[in-house]
Amino acid sequence: MENQIFELQYALDTFYFLICGALVMWMAAGFAMLEAGLVRSKNTTEILTKNISLFAIASTMYMVCGYQFMYDGGFFLSGVDTTGSLDKAAVLAASAENGFDGDSVYSGASDFFFQVVFVATAMSIVSGAVAERMKLWAFLLFAVVMTGFIYPIEGGWTWGGKDVPFLGALDYSDYAGSGIVHMAGAAAALAGVLVLGARKGKYGKDGSAQAIPGANLPLATLGTFILWMGWFGFNGGSTLKLGGIEVANEVANVFMNTNAAASGGLIAALILARLMFGKADLTMALNGALAGLVAITADPASQSALMSTIIGAIGGVLVVLSIVLLDKIKIDDPVGAISVHGTVGIWGVLAVAIFGDASFGGQIVGLLAIFVWVFVTSLIVWLAIKAIMGIRVSEQEEYDGVDLSECGMEAYPEFASSKG
Amino acid sequence: MLHVTILCMSARNSFIEHRGHLPMKLITAIVKPFKLDDVRQALSDIGVQGVTVTEVKGFGRQKGHTELYRGAEYVVDFLPKVKVEAGVADDIADSAIEAIAKVANTGKIGDGKIFVTNIEQTVRIRTGETGDEAL
Repeated sequence: MENQIFELQYALDTFYFLICGALVMWMAAGFAMLEAGLVRSKNTTEILTKNISLFAIASTMYMVCGYQFMYDGGFFLSGVDTTGSLDKAAVLAASAENGFDGDSVYSGASDFFFQVVFVATAMSIVSGAVAERMKLWAFLLFAVVMTGFIYPIEGGWTWGGKDVPFLGALDYSDYAGSGIVHMAGAAAALAGVLVLGARKGKYGKDGSAQAIPGANLPLATLGTFILWMGWFGFNGGSTLKLGGIEVANEVANVFMNTNAAASGGLIAALILARLMFGKADLTMALNGALAGLVAITADPASQSALMSTIIGAIGGVLVVLSIVLLDKIKIDDPVGAISVHGTVGIWGVLAVAIFGDASFGGQIVGLLAIFVWVFVTSLIVWLAIKAIMGIRVSEQEEYDGVDLSECGMEAYPEFASSKG
Repeated sequence: MLHVTILCMSARNSFIEHRGHLPMKLITAIVKPFKLDDVRQALSDIGVQGVTVTEVKGFGRQKGHTELYRGAEYVVDFLPKVKVEAGVADDIADSAIEAIAKVANTGKIGDGKIFVTNIEQTVRIRTGETGDEAL
């Protein structure tokens, strides 16, 4: 009888991982729509291609070697049990040993599935920052390295529990990855943007930022809603189990706080944009919601809903200021990815030291380890790709739109006629 | 009395003779977008059966406005308008112009303009008719 309960718990924990993983996968659609809405129509096909391709690349590279680097899961997932070689007695014994309150026991494949979607999330942060002027294949080549190596290494140092060279084990607390996933993605994006340069015409002769409005705000808003919903899986699944009253309460808190933080972030960003610019800026509000989500990602479980709203609201304020600041120092980020995920990712991690029970030292060392590793290795990879094939399209191609040069396909074709 | 009648008759005869050979005018009206239905209705009321409509942007003496996108100000000089084109026979050109001008007028700046140009030739693609009978 007891074994049947353990079997049920195994099934429930596995099921929970799979559903949450599917929600995080859905975030890829959110990113795709958000970015497609914020670029010009002549660059839409290319950014969609980038988004869906990077997801596929992440899934593949993480299977090939990423999971091994991060969790010793074995190259090509050789370390993951499938039903064929399942030792049921051993699994039941592990469940009995851990008990309902200990580490969860679940299918190895479900663990991989849940982890791989996080890799894709980190990588997709980069695609928005480099939009409208990067060569598609240069980006995909970077994705191969980022998802197969760069992210897994720092993921291994943090969630994987491995020692960092020269630093040893980290004392770093990051529930669902404000730093590990979001700031890491922003660091890679920042390296890319510095090597790439700004879009032509973005900064005027006097250095002022020129507006390059997005082509489809309904898509951008839809994308944000999709991300908001997917984030319930992103944070919720990071509880890593569901069996038992305490854990169920924790999961419920996580969902509630995730939503609260997004709301706080949106309201704060909307109000601040209204005060700074005189009108409600939808794109800032959208970034604000995402900033709230990023901010709470490091600790969505232990806060109250009110605290989560405040933490999210601070993220919303920071993101607006960061977007304006980055433009002032001529770092061109068409969708605000570096601000949402980098600036606020840092805030999210530090917030755990302020409001939660992490140590400032541990958080800062962890942030530095992640940032320095990802930024430096990304810089090297970007420069290498630039030397091999170039990373920026030509000026004429940028003018005509990367849809034509990289994809040969318009997103909104008009007057198309057959050749024959 | 007779003179007047003969004058009228010959005027009428020459009118009938010229049917099919009337000069044609292209009336191009740039109007505010919300006036499109009114203009269409007005043209239809005086017997103009076909129009072509394009969404355009433009300005005359009406100035644009500034917008803000993520903190960066930009100027929008071009305002949305609708271009209505109708080919009409010379005999109703004046009433068409009058009809359009009347319904498209709001009295506020940016009401638009009507341009009138000569049409050299018109062809109805389905039947091959030409001239003002093809209008």
